[in-house]
Amino acid sequence: MKVPRTQAEPAQAAPTPAAPTSAASASAAPTPGTAAPAAPARAFRGRTVRAVGGLSVRVDVRAFTVVVLLLVAALAASVVLIGTGDFPISAGDVLKTLFGTGSASQEFIVEQLRLPRVLVGLLVGAALGVGGALFQTISRNPLGSPDVLGLGQGSTAGALVMIVLFSGSPEQVTVGALVGGLVTGLAIYLLAWKRGVHGYRLVLVGIGVSAIVTAVNGYLITKADLVDATRAIVWMTGSLNGRDWEQVWPLLWLCAVLVPLVLGNARALRMLEMGDDVAYALGVRVERTRLLLMVAAVLLTASATAAAGPVGFVALTAPQLARRLTRSPGPNLVPSMCMGATLLVVADWASQKVFGADQVPVGVVTGVLGGVYLLWLLVTERKAGRI
Amino acid sequence: MLVDSPTEPSAETAPAPPRRRAVRAAGLVLSLAVLVLVALASIAVGAKELSLEQVWHGLFQDSGTYGDVVVGERLSRTVLGLLVGAALGLAGAVLQALTRNPLADPGLLGINAGASAAVVTAITFFGVTSLNGYVWFAFAGAAVVGVLVFLLGGSRGATPVRLALAGTAISAALYGYLQAVMITDEAALGTMRFWTVGSLASATSDIIWQVLPFLVAGTVLALALARPLNAMAMGDDTARALGAHLNRTRALSMAAATVLCGAATAACGPIVFVGLMVPHVVRSFTGPDLRWILPYATVLSPVLLLGADVVGRMVARPAELQVGIVTAILGGPVFIFLVRRRRTAQL
Repeated sequence: MKVPRTQAEPAQAAPTPAAPTSAASASAAPTPGTAAPAAPARAFRGRTVRAVGGLSVRVDVRAFTVVVLLLVAALAASVVLIGTGDFPISAGDVLKTLFGTGSASQEFIVEQLRLPRVLVGLLVGAALGVGGALFQTISRNPLGSPDVLGLGQGSTAGALVMIVLFSGSPEQVTVGALVGGLVTGLAIYLLAWKRGVHGYRLVLVGIGVSAIVTAVNGYLITKADLVDATRAIVWMTGSLNGRDWEQVWPLLWLCAVLVPLVLGNARALRMLEMGDDVAYALGVRVERTRLLLMVAAVLLTASATAAAGPVGFVALTAPQLARRLTRSPGPNLVPSMCMGATLLVVADWASQKVFGADQVPVGVVTGVLGGVYLLWLLVTERKAGRI
Repeated sequence: MLVDSPTEPSAETAPAPPRRRAVRAAGLVLSLAVLVLVALASIAVGAKELSLEQVWHGLFQDSGTYGDVVVGERLSRTVLGLLVGAALGLAGAVLQALTRNPLADPGLLGINAGASAAVVTAITFFGVTSLNGYVWFAFAGAAVVGVLVFLLGGSRGATPVRLALAGTAISAALYGYLQAVMITDEAALGTMRFWTVGSLASATSDIIWQVLPFLVAGTVLALALARPLNAMAMGDDTARALGAHLNRTRALSMAAATVLCGAATAACGPIVFVGLMVPHVVRSFTGPDLRWILPYATVLSPVLLLGADVVGRMVARPAELQVGIVTAILGGPVFIFLVRRRRTAQL
């Protein structure tokens, strides 16, 4: 396998979109393996914060700023989104209501109807962002996001079985989607396992599984009657309509457990990007880390998909966008998470603003936005000569 | 990052020893024989059981009996399957070589999305209802998106990654549009849910004649690109040093792939898996030399497509399963098995 070795050389990795900064630095210093030491101006960006007692943390100032800005954007978009709908509420009133001083009717609308929906949007976006970043890093392919590897398809299959064969209730559809996603994730891992899971094999097995499940989904849709088929298509597009507190709590608990777990392994993940051999030599337990992170990514993606449907392209674009903003190599987990949440909430707001309340599911907008963003990226990066 | 891993040039710079070449040629002949068998099976077997005499009668003494009509329909279906299968496999092999990405298929460069979006537009906004009407829309959609991807991918300096990203981007936007239309227009959903699966069932000689010139031209062009693409597999700098015209080869490869996939998708809907899988299978026994990969892909892809079509007709009698579904359900496990069995030949 050639991939790990070419991976370790920044000069080789340079033209891929996953490593735009190493492209820039590598063009300045073309010698392989010298990206960090050969660019002293860049190394400055990391500030080391020393606390009492000898503890120190390295803080990437730019990444930190990006995270803060994204969080502010996500919160602002959330407030605007809560105020948007058939019964518009001004941003000031929304804030007042959230802090418990609004009128009774506003309180009902905000706290029972719109706040849970926005929270589901934030959590789903965050989970997809982290899941996407994890998968893209583990598979070492910028296109290796959960939707490409068949997880979204697996969840869809579970949901379609419930919709088409059993005409199930929304709760049953959610459970079906969760089971479908987890089973698919497990199947991909087991099928890709052969004395360890290699990134390349993982991607190829993922597409194989994805193709099979997609065919099953297509079959189920051709067999459904038109009402069920419409329901299935809306679910497959990904929608936040009518989400309430029942979806918020499980997602919140899951994120509260998994996100710290993932962040705790971020350093090992960064080593894994250099290839299995190098990572092993640097003291990473390659296979165990990969299994742990994959399980976390599958759980995050599957539960996000169960809650909102396979919202397209968030998992694919959020990590790429985050990487562009932070200009930092590596998995960029926290920025991806914030970016995913921001993207989804903004897309939901845009869909309500442009098409009217609850007319077009959010997945349509994320698809179009994702596409337009990638195009913009292509044009600008081409001008900058980066890819 | 699979996207841009350069190939090790060792295997292809040295000419293959004569014996290995003979083995490969014999294998190609054998594959052709298998293809003929599968094509015959595709004519003889179907939802309606016919005796061999009836099939013979229908093929050579067509007198308009019920059996003759059935055989006639199966014949056009088989011909279309042969053409489309070859086109998809060939296009997949060219695209994987061009983008140096094992995930490359007509879907990746947005060709399926373009065709689907054009068909849904034709149904919803132009009121087209016949399959003959879709063909041109699908083809135009595929062609427009193909050109667009190439231009956005940076026509003159198109790199593999840029092409893949441009294709993904355009697909994303077009699928958003497609889903929005399907959600709001039930009639479009009613048709599209069958079209997007991919089927040979509606093959007629009209459709075959419409797409035939494009498929033939695309096939010839793609087969002629084997040598320059071989050179480009070694990386841009080496290829340039070897005298390959990078931009010309890229433009021609994109053109060939677009024409092939566009015509195939127009004729029977997006059948994704053939173009993705067959080149991987072929590469596992030919190695990275495109002069062998391309002919093998041309012959073996229709074997997969027609074989899947025959199976689809047999398992659900008197109804049938669409070929797109059967291809993936049969081909998927084989693909995974191959990926697991050996160190897959890298691009």
